[in-house]
Parts: sequence; C-alpha cells; structure tokens
Amino acid sequence: MAKTINVCIAGLGGQGVLTASDLVAEIAFRSELDVKKSEVHGMSQRGGSVNSDVRFGERVASPMISEGEADFLVVLDETQIEVNRHRLKPDGILIVPSSIPEGKLANPKSLNVALLGVLSKHLEFPESLWMAVLREFLPAKILAVNEESFRLGRL
Amino acid sequence: MKDGKRILLSGDEAIALAALDAGVALGTGYPGTPSTEILEHFSKIGGHAQWAPNEKVALEVAIGVAYANARALVTMKHVGLNVAADGFFTVAYTGVNGGLVLVSADDPGMASSQNEQDNRRYAVAAGVPMLEPSDSQEAYEFTLRAFEISERWQIPVLLRVTTRVCHSKTLVVRRDKPLSAPSPFFEHNRKGRVMIPSNARPAHRRLRAKLAEIAAFSESSDLNFETTPGANTDLGIVTSGISYQHSLEAAPDAGMLKLGLSYPLPIEKIRAFAARYKKCVVVEEGDPYIQDTLLAAGIKVVPRDEEFRFGELNVARVRCLLSGKDYTSPATPPGKPPALCTGCPHREVFSLLRDWDCIVSGDIGCYSLGVLPPFEAMDTCVCMGASIGTGLGLRHALPEKEAKRVVSVIGDSTFLHSGLTGIVEMVYNPPSTGHVVLILDNGTTAMTGLQEHPGTGRLLNGAPAAKVLPEDIVRAMGVELVGVCDPSADKEGFARHLRAYLDSGKLAVLIARHPCILSLAKQKKTSTGNTNG
Repeated sequence: MAKTINVCIAGLGGQGVLTASDLVAEIAFRSELDVKKSEVHGMSQRGGSVNSDVRFGERVASPMISEGEADFLVVLDETQIEVNRHRLKPDGILIVPSSIPEGKLANPKSLNVALLGVLSKHLEFPESLWMAVLREFLPAKILAVNEESFRLGRL
Repeated sequence: MKDGKRILLSGDEAIALAALDAGVALGTGYPGTPSTEILEHFSKIGGHAQWAPNEKVALEVAIGVAYANARALVTMKHVGLNVAADGFFTVAYTGVNGGLVLVSADDPGMASSQNEQDNRRYAVAAGVPMLEPSDSQEAYEFTLRAFEISERWQIPVLLRVTTRVCHSKTLVVRRDKPLSAPSPFFEHNRKGRVMIPSNARPAHRRLRAKLAEIAAFSESSDLNFETTPGANTDLGIVTSGISYQHSLEAAPDAGMLKLGLSYPLPIEKIRAFAARYKKCVVVEEGDPYIQDTLLAAGIKVVPRDEEFRFGELNVARVRCLLSGKDYTSPATPPGKPPALCTGCPHREVFSLLRDWDCIVSGDIGCYSLGVLPPFEAMDTCVCMGASIGTGLGLRHALPEKEAKRVVSVIGDSTFLHSGLTGIVEMVYNPPSTGHVVLILDNGTTAMTGLQEHPGTGRLLNGAPAAKVLPEDIVRAMGVELVGVCDPSADKEGFARHLRAYLDSGKLAVLIARHPCILSLAKQKKTSTGNTNG
C-alpha cells in the first residue's frame, strides 16, 4: 500500500463522525502505516456540519484532504451528501446511509459503524483487525449492536 | 517505526505528554478551542492541571510557579493571549527560574473563534522566543525543547500551534528519558523581579541581550533545518508550522528551509538559503510575518498574494500560492450551520429577547448562536466580557426610549472570566436608564466541550471545589435588583421577572439558571462510568 489513501467522513454534530474517523485511523495505525487524521472541534459540533479526514500510507504529510482528492467519502446524513461531494475524486467511492439495506439497522446510532463496514470491503485490512478495534474502542454496553451493524455494512 | 513505541496522538495530547515528560509542576489555562484538550489530557495522564478563571490569572499563577524554580505550562487560544498580554510582556523582562512555556493555539480560518489574529506577532512584540511545531511529533519534541530553552536563557517561551496541529492525530515516538524536574526554592531577586522603572530599564537590556544569544542559537539550531531538494529545482521555500506539511505535498521537489524556532529568525541562514534558488517563496498561514521580516532584511523572496492572509492553507492553496496564479476560493456548497441544541435552556431566553425587540449586547459562548435564525436576538459580540461594557455604552449614548431596550447577555463561565469588572463599571457609572444584565448560567463552559469553572463546584478533574455564585458577587458589588430564575422550568415567571427589571429603570442582574443538557448527559455518564460510542 504505497499510495496514500484518503478517507473523508462527513455528517452532522452528534452522529459519531469523529468516532468513525478515530476507528479508521486506529486500523491504519495498527497496520504499521503512517497515518494522519484531522478534525475541527468547538462551535461546529453544535449540530452543524462536521467532517473529519483520515489519510494513510507509507508517508503522509498534510493532515487535510484537498478538494477532489478523497478516495472515499463516507456521509452519515443524506443532507450532507451534496455539501461534500466536491471532496471526492472523479473515480472516488461514495458511501451513504442508503448503502445499508433499509430497516435492517438495529439502532440508528450505529450508522457510523455500519458505514465503516461498507468502507472496510474496499480496504485491505482484515476483518479480525476491525473487530478487535471495535471491541477496544467502544463501551461494552453498545458493542454488540455495533458489531452487528459493522457486519451488516460488510455484507 | 516498527519498534512498537509509536503512539497516535493529537497535537494537544502530544503537548500534554511532553509536559508530563518535562516534569511540569503545574499546568493552568482557560478553555478555548483549539487549546482545551491539552490540560484535560495532562490531567488524565497524571499531571497537575487546573482551570483558572481567565488566561491572565493562569499566566500569573504560572509565573509564580516558574519564579519558585518549578516548571509551568500555561495554555490558551489565540484571543486568550490578548487577556494575558499584560503579564506576558513584563515576564519577558523579569525572566524565570523554572521553565515557563505558554501555548497559544491559533485558529486561522476561525473554525470556532471571533477573529484569526496571528499570535506570532506577540513573540516579536514581547521579545519572547517562539517555537512552531508542524505535527504531533514536533508538538511533543518542541514542548520539551521549549522548556530547555526557557531554562537555559531563563526566559518564557511561546509555543505557537494552530487548529490543524492541535486537532490532527499523527504518530509520536516518546523520548526514552524524561527531563529531571528541578527542586522548587525561593531566592530574593528584587532587582530582577520587581519591575519599578529603575529595575525595568536594565531588565529590558538583559532581555535584548538574551534574544541576541538566542538569535545566534537559531542560526545553527537543528530546530531550523533544510530538506534535500530534487534535482534541478529552481524553487526554494521558507516555511513553518502546518504550512510545512502542505508544502511537502504541494512541491515535493522544492528545496525547503523549515523553521521550528521562528522567533528570533535565523536571518543569515535564510539569506544563504534564498541565494541558492532562482525563486524563493515564504509559505505561511495568516500574516506575512516571515515574508515581511525577510523583505525588510533585504532577502529576495517573491511576495505572496494578499488573498493568502485569509483562512487556512491546504495543499491546493499552497500550489496556487507557489504558482503565483490568482487564487479565488472555490465555491463550495454551504454546510449546515451550528445551532442551539433542542432543549437548550438558552432558547427560551432568546425567544423572549426577540419577541420584545430588545437590543442585545452579546458575548462569547454557545449562546452566541442566539444571533442565528430562528432567534436573531443578538446585536453585538466582540470579546469575552464585552456584553456588559458595550451594553452600558449603548445605554449611555442612545435616546431614552431605545436605551431602555438594551440588555447585556453573558454566560456563567464568561461572567467569571471577565464580566466582574463590567459589573463594577455598571455600579460606578450607572446609565440614567439603569441597565439589565442577564447571566445565562448553564453550569458549565459549554462551547469548548463542558469544562468546569469556579462556579460549577468542581475542579478540572471533577473533584469537589468551592463554588463561586454570581448572585453573591453582584449583590456584594451593590447591584440593586438581583434575581435567579429557571427559564425552562418557569417560563412565565422568568418572563415576568425580566419584564419587571427592564421597566424598573434600575441596575439589575437576572440569572437564568438551568443546566446545559449536554452537561447533564456528561454527568450521568461520569457517574455510571460509561461513555458513548
């Protein structure tokens, strides 16, 4: 994996955008890759648009993904798709809530992890690593529902 | 890097880890994006960290620690240094015994700030050496180096970081050996520490002599290094901070002089570097601080377009900057603006202020969002505490009928930060129509992420503490009408109360007290030991 992979995660404050980008960054970190993750805190977290960039590969310099250079754009809220589409490469992959079969998600709060399940199919990391990171990062109380959501996305 | 020692940290966390490894005796500051997580993380990993009521007090406490030969870290956002500036300029004269490092977290692009001032100017203005890390590894290493420089020259050091350094997570390898912590002691040094004019005059000369030595150090220090350029390149880049990382991608073949110690600048090193390239450009975010200094020193650099003074840089913007092409911001669709939470107690207050057509002198916090629809019930917002003074000024100047509609609105943490002197002013110079101050007391510093403050009854780490009540303070100051009301539980009572105060023509403070809904959720989580995914 010599090339740098750019993953942009977007949504609204409170949807778990930053948790999702933390999980992706951790996966890359445990795979011995260079990794950088960027996010913005403060006023933007009061229910407004939130996004977070994760970049990984042999060597990453800037923590931010430039316009039109995201390999993957993961959007947690339908209203935020068009707002962020310009970030995606022409041949980049868009992952959106409708990527999950309707009515299958046990808890809407785990949409972030379900969409990571979809993302995981496109990346070279083993499923066991994703599951190990979920177990370590998520509180025991919500682990089972998130594991189920991840598998649903990965189907 | 496969030695298992690497860790993934934000710049803020890396600074905290370095503070721990530097044996910092006390970390103090006031919450402010993007600096807040430094002290929170320092406390979490075992450091002694506390929130001060404001940045000026934080710096003063830190100065005391450093005078006692212990190491102190003081953190704030860029505008916080405006508040702390008084002490900052003079502690440069007195110098320190133990290391004193002040972190200024700047917010170019204003992700969560009222301006995008470039605090590198403060280093120059005060004569305080400045380090600028570009990622978490440097944030860690430069914090330790800052303490070394501070103690070697007995001078405070400014660690200047920006949003993308603070809030980006990158890899860090920790030093094998922490710094050994000095033993605190007190030694009389009245000539060096008591800045009456006869002592301050020689102190200023001592400061300039130290800076001359540090400038010589800057010329040869590995904190300022050159990268290996690609073959046949004509382009040399002088850069610092996050701009270095963007430049590495925007122009991988260019020769690069990366400045870590960016005040005092290594002018001769830069002069020699610039002379080796056909074209030399400074890539920096914010003010053209380095560029203008180099031009003044007669070093030939191509000035950048004025457009790059505004907002953050990124790889694409650096490409434009280097090519000298006209830069126009790409028209990107607007995102969803932030808003007061559903169930936020501030909502009732702003609905009322809107419906009554009040002239609202506002302040800094979540409640600044009262300016946005559906409320549009805030007319001014300048800096921490300004709601009170500005409201008084409006009352003094406006015709009586309009003056009576003026209300100052300030949050609990902001009130304790810099509202107290505003109340003193109100009592001392009362407007003829009286005045009404609304303190929106939601029991937390909400906007920056629910930090404790002297009014919450809890310390930074959640332990119980003395509780300072705003109603006690304003009564003691001599405010005639003081009331406390819950705007969520008793909407009608609150409205009646506020109406009576507005009609009274007297000096009045009404405290709207209802806990922040996010803070309640946090308290619940803390007490059950659970966290949300």
